[in-house]
Amino acid sequence: MKTTVTTAVGEEKWNGSLWGVALRTSLVLIVLCGIAYPLVCTGLAQLIFPSQADGSMVKDSTGRVVGSELIGQSFTDPSFFQGRVSSIDYQAEGSGSNNYAPSNPELLKRVQASIADWQKNNPDVPVSELPVDLITNSGSGLDPHITPESAKAQVPRISKLRGVSVDELNLLVERYTEGRDLGVFGEKRVNVLKLNLALSELGKS
Amino acid sequence: MDILQICIVIFVLLLLVKPVGTYVYHIFSNEPNRTDRIFGGVERFLYRIIGLKQRGSMNWKKYALSMIATNIVLVAVSYILLRTMGALPGNPSGIGNMEASLSFNTVISFMTNTNLQHYSGESGMSYFGQMIVITMMMFTSAASGLAIAIAFMRGITRRGEGLGNFFEDFIKAHVRLFLPLAFIVTLLLVGLKVPQTLEPMRAVQTLGGGMQQIPLGPVASLESIKHLGTNGGGFFGVNSAHPFENPSPLTNVIEILSMWTISASLPYTFGRFARNKKQGWMISSVMMTLFVAFLCLTYFSEKAGNPLINQLGINSSGGSMEGKEVRFGIAQSALFTTVTTAATTGSVNNMHDTLTPLGGLAPLAEMMLNVVFGGKGVGFVNMIMYAILGVFICGLMVGRTPEFLGRKIEAREMKLIAVAILMHPFIILAPTAISFMTHLGTDAFSNPSYHSLSQSIYEFTSSAANNGSGFEGLADNTVFWNVSTGLVMLLGRYISIIALLAVAGSLAVKQKVAETPGTFRTDNKLFAGILTGTVLLIGALTFLPVLVLGPVAEFLTLN
Repeated sequence: MKTTVTTAVGEEKWNGSLWGVALRTSLVLIVLCGIAYPLVCTGLAQLIFPSQADGSMVKDSTGRVVGSELIGQSFTDPSFFQGRVSSIDYQAEGSGSNNYAPSNPELLKRVQASIADWQKNNPDVPVSELPVDLITNSGSGLDPHITPESAKAQVPRISKLRGVSVDELNLLVERYTEGRDLGVFGEKRVNVLKLNLALSELGKS
Repeated sequence: MDILQICIVIFVLLLLVKPVGTYVYHIFSNEPNRTDRIFGGVERFLYRIIGLKQRGSMNWKKYALSMIATNIVLVAVSYILLRTMGALPGNPSGIGNMEASLSFNTVISFMTNTNLQHYSGESGMSYFGQMIVITMMMFTSAASGLAIAIAFMRGITRRGEGLGNFFEDFIKAHVRLFLPLAFIVTLLLVGLKVPQTLEPMRAVQTLGGGMQQIPLGPVASLESIKHLGTNGGGFFGVNSAHPFENPSPLTNVIEILSMWTISASLPYTFGRFARNKKQGWMISSVMMTLFVAFLCLTYFSEKAGNPLINQLGINSSGGSMEGKEVRFGIAQSALFTTVTTAATTGSVNNMHDTLTPLGGLAPLAEMMLNVVFGGKGVGFVNMIMYAILGVFICGLMVGRTPEFLGRKIEAREMKLIAVAILMHPFIILAPTAISFMTHLGTDAFSNPSYHSLSQSIYEFTSSAANNGSGFEGLADNTVFWNVSTGLVMLLGRYISIIALLAVAGSLAVKQKVAETPGTFRTDNKLFAGILTGTVLLIGALTFLPVLVLGPVAEFLTLN
């Protein structure tokens, strides 16, 4: 079957200036895809989903913005739940990690140091209950989540430091555990910033 | 649950193949269609602006030249924009001009649909640059690749009509496919918390008392076309591992399907062009078989974890979580990794450098084969090339002139195919060897021993396959790496495109041979087996030694 625009056999019938058309095509698409499309998207996104489009910022009870729920933060105070290892210390202006290969001796050294640290700060929880996500560097260095197991493993330490009962903290962790998306995709996880925010409110009331 | 969620994603993909493949066929078959009413007006307006008066069919040389001319203009304009970025508007974070060799690498990288990034988005690219250079090239490079694939399909399935009109195909790919889809996916992603704003970086005082600079920007509009166009370049340094680019498992699934669907549908489109749907399904089945094998290798290897860490007595049931995000876990990470290197997208949701040795071997091998789905068109076209090679080998064995889709395969086609097949290993292995001979290359390696070979081979394989992912520990923003990978990307894209269009042009003018009971069929299970064998055999012959020295040796030392 013949196409509607072709006229005859394989010989070209088209005699326009090829470079002129190429130039104009490029300029038109630069305007269309490089300026119009992103700006229209921005306008609509700001109109329909303003809070998501601006980075899903989180406020504390006084209304102060304390960060984005999607961007992990550094918690050095041991009375807070701690997030994953981050070679950039959660400095969000330059995401990244060390990219240690599994065979890199530096990786083993860093993991061993994390384990020693854990034993010192969490004498009540044996190393065999320390989940692997707490001692490994996330890909982005900004992972906002830890696994529920990692949160629960920190409960005895925080209970002792804050004088809040283990049961109450376990309940808090469960309340802040997010399920898999649509019940099947991804992993169960706990948002460290939201959990810590709730933890700090707990002390105030 | 891991296996279930992977199966659901694959199932949804299979459901999408037929409608999307049919839609793509209707766009480019140039037969009157319902969608003309929606898009016809816009297209005619654009044809008028660009001065395309007649839309006659082109021969392969003119088609290739039109594509290359358009790409050259886009590269030149983008290079100038990057070099003067600091002085242009839309730069709230005050980012400076891009350095010359890095600009060269970046424009080549985005024009060739590779999206290898030697810059980091947060600190090296203004919002204006992200939109007018990066987002724009994500559209135009994808449309260029798709146009080539369509022209190739026309050439090998239709006789005496030329390959179509490049400019018409190019505009249609934007208007009917990429722009509308990107628009929808952008809004979906924003709804699921991907930022889309022109506000500058925001400073906040964190709960722990420190300060944090939170980078923002028009992320979602880039993210959608990055995957739909199998581009893969991230807005931020860590790409889709960044919580703003990929905030949840659901966005992860959307991104996987965005990059996978069009590539996986092209064999079906081809089946429509060839008026033989079985032929299309045969190719799909070979691609899917290879894909599932590589997916299993990555998944089980990552799930088993790193033996050196596991033996420290921790709770290692989570698998190898170094370089991965908790929200994705092993299943969504392994699936993303296998899809992104199959579809030659090159976005990453975990750091490939940190993958276990065999988990990292799978993405590397997929890019070496470069036929498992493939990016916009390229993987499909490569697969057809292997199919013709398979037919040729079978023809030699039974002593008949080989035929494919009713055309005789002769010396001219085989020579061109040999060039295209041999070019790929050559532009991977030769520069890798060079990188080990000079400190300009070896200084970049960040991991010791066998893994340094993996880093170098991955970088050039990714460049040659126009994938763009990396073993990102490599300190690759140097003149040596910018220029060498830039050249490899150029050769990897344009040499094979020219060779393949020449094959299509040559087949398009051949007499059709009548089908007889003795004709060797290329649409059945037997041929699917032969095709898989051809792909694996050629791949193993060229790349096995280097895989043994890199990932396999690392695997053996870990255990």
